[in-house]
Amino acid sequence: MTNIRRSMLFIPGNNPGMLQSADVFNADSIIIDLEDSVAIDEKDSARTLVTELLKSVPINNVETIVRINPFDTPFYEKDIEVIKKTNIDMILLPKATIESIKDLDERLKDTKIQIMVLIETSLGVHQVFDILNTTNRCLGLMLGGEDLCVDLNCARTKSGEELLYARMHVVNSSRALRKFVIDTPFTDTNDFEGLTKDTYFAKSIGFDGKASINPRQIDTINSVFNPTEAEINHAKRVIEAKDLALEAGKGVFSLDGKMVDLPIIKRAEKVIDTALKIGLMKIGEE
Amino acid sequence: MDILGYKKDYQLFAGTRSKIKPSIIKSSKNNQSNNKKRLSIKHVLDEIALKDGMTLSFHHHLRNGDYILNMVMEEITRRNVKDVTIFASSIFPCHKDLVKYIEQGIVTQIYAAFISGPVSEAISEGKLKKVAVMHTHGGRARIVESGELTIDLAFIGAPTCDQTGNITGKIGKSACGSIGYAVTDAHFAKTTIAITDNLVDELDDFQIGGQYIDYIVEVDAIGDSKGIVSGTTEITKNPIGLKIAKLATDVIKYSGYFKNGFSFQTGAGGTSLAVSEYLKKLMKDENIKGSYALGGITSYIVDMLKEGLFEKLYDVQCFDLGSVESIATNPNHIAISASKYANILDDCLINNLDFVILGATEIDLDFNVNVTTTSTGEIMGGSGGHSDTAYGAKVTIVVSQLFNARIPVIKNKVICKTTPGETVDVLVTERGIAINPLRTDLVEKFKNTNLPIKTIEELKAISDNLVGIPKEIDFDDKIVAVVEYRDGTVIDVIHKKNINNKG
Repeated sequence: MTNIRRSMLFIPGNNPGMLQSADVFNADSIIIDLEDSVAIDEKDSARTLVTELLKSVPINNVETIVRINPFDTPFYEKDIEVIKKTNIDMILLPKATIESIKDLDERLKDTKIQIMVLIETSLGVHQVFDILNTTNRCLGLMLGGEDLCVDLNCARTKSGEELLYARMHVVNSSRALRKFVIDTPFTDTNDFEGLTKDTYFAKSIGFDGKASINPRQIDTINSVFNPTEAEINHAKRVIEAKDLALEAGKGVFSLDGKMVDLPIIKRAEKVIDTALKIGLMKIGEE
Repeated sequence: MDILGYKKDYQLFAGTRSKIKPSIIKSSKNNQSNNKKRLSIKHVLDEIALKDGMTLSFHHHLRNGDYILNMVMEEITRRNVKDVTIFASSIFPCHKDLVKYIEQGIVTQIYAAFISGPVSEAISEGKLKKVAVMHTHGGRARIVESGELTIDLAFIGAPTCDQTGNITGKIGKSACGSIGYAVTDAHFAKTTIAITDNLVDELDDFQIGGQYIDYIVEVDAIGDSKGIVSGTTEITKNPIGLKIAKLATDVIKYSGYFKNGFSFQTGAGGTSLAVSEYLKKLMKDENIKGSYALGGITSYIVDMLKEGLFEKLYDVQCFDLGSVESIATNPNHIAISASKYANILDDCLINNLDFVILGATEIDLDFNVNVTTTSTGEIMGGSGGHSDTAYGAKVTIVVSQLFNARIPVIKNKVICKTTPGETVDVLVTERGIAINPLRTDLVEKFKNTNLPIKTIEELKAISDNLVGIPKEIDFDDKIVAVVEYRDGTVIDVIHKKNINNKG
């Protein structure tokens, strides 16, 4: 498992077939869902299914996250009670507020389970910096566009202008606190052109990755967030130039006539690191 | 060991390199009569001296919409004939009436490349008096052309037939495209009867020449058009199937055989179709053009022909209406016979095949594949062209989920060996790709790729860990079917299940 989170795939917590194959879809993280994809009269059985699955089925090489039910529902406490006894990596807290993340942090204090928040209300967007900053246990966030649009009283469109402020705002807050930030799912699962466009936009404004509600979207999302061949080649040359400059005792150096400074080196190192972790490069190639 | 109703001098399968060379007979039929038309099947049968022990042949191009077999058998059973052998290229659920005739002792033996539905259940239950013989598509042509079996009466469902008996499947209300499985029957049967629902004056373009036809009967309908193209012809939306298809396409890409002029065959299952879609994109991206696609043809392959990605399609059987329309209109979409497709005695096209994508119900650690029975031992299919194409293709790729509804695909030993492991090169599952260690060249090729290569033993261990190892099935001593390899040797037999075993 790496800390790369290009794609996060929701898997319904009441679907044994999908759960059993959760780790084959190439998603960097899977989010087993006890909330929206599980009907109210199936909450108990889904919780049992998921906990038994997590005990007995190895989920390999993929970050495992469980979306519990929201703080203000009767299922919240029961979800945490059983899920915190499993070996998952993170809990996704829906409709996160300062109050709810404080409560969840307290309930997880004796565990190694981390928190990720789902920002999907207008209050959540407004408070996002403080929510993320409540606890070190919180590693990052996901933007939930569908519920947010309901709260904002606007229509959710494919082009997504209505989410522009929220997207920019959550990226900025996350970056300020060095937390990861995941974009909302693209819900038309048959429109791969639209998915590609939406994912490129998310990448262009700073998101680390994108959530998905269908395994068929994962390869598209991953490929958009993968460093390109040109980016990898450029990064390799930056690192080579840096090594040569160090050998020559130069503090400052240039590449292709342009000055290379620390941010460029850091970006190059990140590209190489990502390419190695996702198998686009092999160790020794760098 | 004698097998009831099976040839006494049979030989056991001894590898694909065995030196068995069957003899070959030539067709000498040349019926130039201008008086072939009869009023009904009844009138034809009135003229023919029917006797016990006859062999009747049928083709399966009308698939699960076929009316011919049932309408012929209805007439046959009125005539107090017994011990009939049905030599059908495939049997589908629509042929359920056969069960009644099996129980009455009228039909005592069946030869087919594929059997599904009530007839396969009756055979599995041991109701057939003699063993069923499960051959391959190419093997069927060999059986006839070698003289091993003589067809007494061949009944050919003809979508269009002219007054001299020339037949085509390309046009007519029951058009099914290629009628490749019927060609050998027409050429070699003692008597051949064309049954058509579109009798025309004269055909210029035909697949079976009138000289091979002895009688023509016109009926209202030879099949139900809804069932005629009943193969699975939609790309899977199952994300696991799509992942497998993507990996299979990667196997093609990095195999060393993906270059201009390559040839390809895939089936009509959802995952196989997805491979053709991914392959289409790969060929465009890499600017590679293939020489031909072979086999049962679907609209997806037709699209590749239209886009210039393949030069020709050689078609023994059309799987959907798109391919039926194409074969009728595109001169590069060429109908071929089963013999030209896969007969070991013929200069057949499978021998030049580069890639074939195949399915599996079970595969064992030696890469032997079962597509004849279910995982619990009941007959539910058969080779069709499986073992023919696996033999011919340079890279035989089996695609399958590692397990389905808790039933694993990889077993220590398959219940029925349909296709020998020495002809199966790669297994692609959602959790990894196993290459047959016999293919050292491919093992070497894939070493430096990022593909999830594992041994088949490693894949089995993953599967066993997730779904466990199923209990062994308990079989009776009674043999209900013989599975013939394409050269006519016995590669396996199928036993009746023990009655107390619910599998």
